[in-house]
Amino acid sequence: MKNNGSNHSHPIACLPKCPTGIHGLDEITGGGVPRGRPTLVCGGAGCGKTLFAMEFLVRGAQQFGEPGVFMSFEETDGELKSNVASLGFDLAGLVRRKKIVLDFVYIERSEIQETGEYDLEGLFVRLNHAIDSVGAKRVVLDTLEALFAGLPNEAILRAELRRLFRWLKEKGVTAVITAERGREQLTRHGLEEYVSDCVILLDHRVHDQIATRHLRVVKYRGALHGTNEFPFLIGEDGLSVLPITSLGLNQKVSNERISTGIPRLDAMLGKRGFFRGSSILLTGTPGTGKTSVAASFAQAAAQRGDRVLFFSFEESPNQIIRNMGSIGLNLEPLVQRGRLRFHAARPTLCGLEMHLATMFKEIAAFQPTVVIVDPITSLLTAGTDYETKGMVTRLIDFLKAGQITSLFTSLTHGGHALQQSEIAMSSLMDAWLLLQDFEGNGERNRMLYVLKARGMAHSNQVREFLISDRGIDLVDAYIGPSGVLTGASRVAQAAREKAEDLAGQQEAARRKRELQHKRTILEQQIAGLRAEYETEEVDLRRMDEQAGTRTRVLTAERTELARLRQADTIKVAGRAPTEPKLEIQR
Amino acid sequence: MKSPSVKRPRPRSPRRPRKLWQLRLYVAGQTPKSLAAFSNLKQICENHLKGRYGIEVVDLLEQPHLSKGDQILAIPTLVRKLPQPVRKIIGDLSDTERVLIGLDLQAAG
Repeated sequence: MKNNGSNHSHPIACLPKCPTGIHGLDEITGGGVPRGRPTLVCGGAGCGKTLFAMEFLVRGAQQFGEPGVFMSFEETDGELKSNVASLGFDLAGLVRRKKIVLDFVYIERSEIQETGEYDLEGLFVRLNHAIDSVGAKRVVLDTLEALFAGLPNEAILRAELRRLFRWLKEKGVTAVITAERGREQLTRHGLEEYVSDCVILLDHRVHDQIATRHLRVVKYRGALHGTNEFPFLIGEDGLSVLPITSLGLNQKVSNERISTGIPRLDAMLGKRGFFRGSSILLTGTPGTGKTSVAASFAQAAAQRGDRVLFFSFEESPNQIIRNMGSIGLNLEPLVQRGRLRFHAARPTLCGLEMHLATMFKEIAAFQPTVVIVDPITSLLTAGTDYETKGMVTRLIDFLKAGQITSLFTSLTHGGHALQQSEIAMSSLMDAWLLLQDFEGNGERNRMLYVLKARGMAHSNQVREFLISDRGIDLVDAYIGPSGVLTGASRVAQAAREKAEDLAGQQEAARRKRELQHKRTILEQQIAGLRAEYETEEVDLRRMDEQAGTRTRVLTAERTELARLRQADTIKVAGRAPTEPKLEIQR
Repeated sequence: MKSPSVKRPRPRSPRRPRKLWQLRLYVAGQTPKSLAAFSNLKQICENHLKGRYGIEVVDLLEQPHLSKGDQILAIPTLVRKLPQPVRKIIGDLSDTERVLIGLDLQAAG
């Protein structure tokens, strides 16, 4: 938005341009008006022609080191000085330092008698003298058409005007010529036929009781230019055109995160809060706690050392401080330490453009790092949708360019909290928090969720939002088959779940005991069986032994018998014990 | 100041005593129009204001700063400084009738 029009150089050398220094205009025209040529500025009464021309000169003298001549056909030097003093232009000082020459040309037809041939060499001489006296590079003729009223012979006048414009070009000065808007043509006396390089049209329209100024570049020979109508405003530091469509998106971005002042909300926003320099929209129906969230954010920022500027369009500063005291936010000491500043104004005090101008001025004066606008919707009523969007865009861009974190609250009406005009605005915002009311079971509860947060992982959960005397806290909302539960229902649900939990635990313990019991029984049974088995085993062994003994005895007897009968050695069949064998071998 | 070619303070005219006419003619260089204007003016003055007038010729090419004082746009311009009120006549003064009206001299004619 700065005025370095000469930087916009194109690869192919085209018309050299002369930056006007008027906010926004140099962006639309790609660098300013054509250098060394006349530019026609036309418009109806009170649309800012003289101011446009004057700012062109003053900026030229102050910022671009180009002295100028203001030749006025309507207002005297003194009038001009006092008229623009309200815009902070020190015209008298510039005149004293020989940066600008004011020349009031007085024409009164009744005092002039025409007798024969004449020309306007006097005007040329006069202008030439003024240009040479300060080495002027810029010239303003305001309003040249006064000549048509003052001089009777139009034929001579037209010839002389043609000569004048040619002369201005030869002189190499960049001229701005103002003219009244005509009925069927751009200017009342057809000046556009002489000034063919650049024509700018100013307009002042009233729509729905709201007056808005518009600027349009009708013609710009040999150069690309924005062809739209752009709203412009006359603020305390001059004109500013709002070229929404040509604003570049090239702000610096920061990775630094700043806390929202509500720990649970930080957690929802990727655990660390908002990005520094981002713009945040906070929408909600009345009474959802927008100001409270904004104030928490303000307090946290100010305590961290940020400078916070709080624009309030609904409550007075003292009222905010008192009300926020009731929820545990102590803003007063921050105000006293100069960290927090309130600026309160009624939205109806003035038009949108004035509000914005005031805001720009306050921001420039206080140099905040965080700006809060509560609520932005108050401003939106002061213009049509398109215009206010443009204005808000400009405000946001201004803040972003300065790496200022901005939080806008927005009041929505009726059931659905989003929708309506915020849709247009929300696209400009980096983060959007939504505050909503839920009514049910005879109570009303607040909910918060993050609708969007560019560039960070964020929770998609709906949280219940509690305002207590210790500040703001977020709690998980229960989402069950019957919908979202908040407030008392949530507490009841929690109790119910706790009871269920307890019952479950008891049940588990009981089952455990039962199992233990079963196990004991089983073990006892196993012990019984084992005892029985052991008894049988003992019996079996004893029987075995007895059988063995008997066999041995029998064998011995048989052997004895055989010996007595002198029998052959006999085979011992079956599972004969070894002993007999040993006996035989023996 | 390029001094007036003619400056003839001459009192005692029977008709208009003590009334001195002070005229100033603005020109820009010696253009045909300027020269014509000057000779026309002299002619008229001699015919109607003999002995009661003074003419000062200002060449703006030499003294451009003087154009502001009398609000000169057109060249040539004749300014009647005295008697009051100030009157301005533009053009080469070839239309004598209108010059006389402009100077408020018609009665005298």
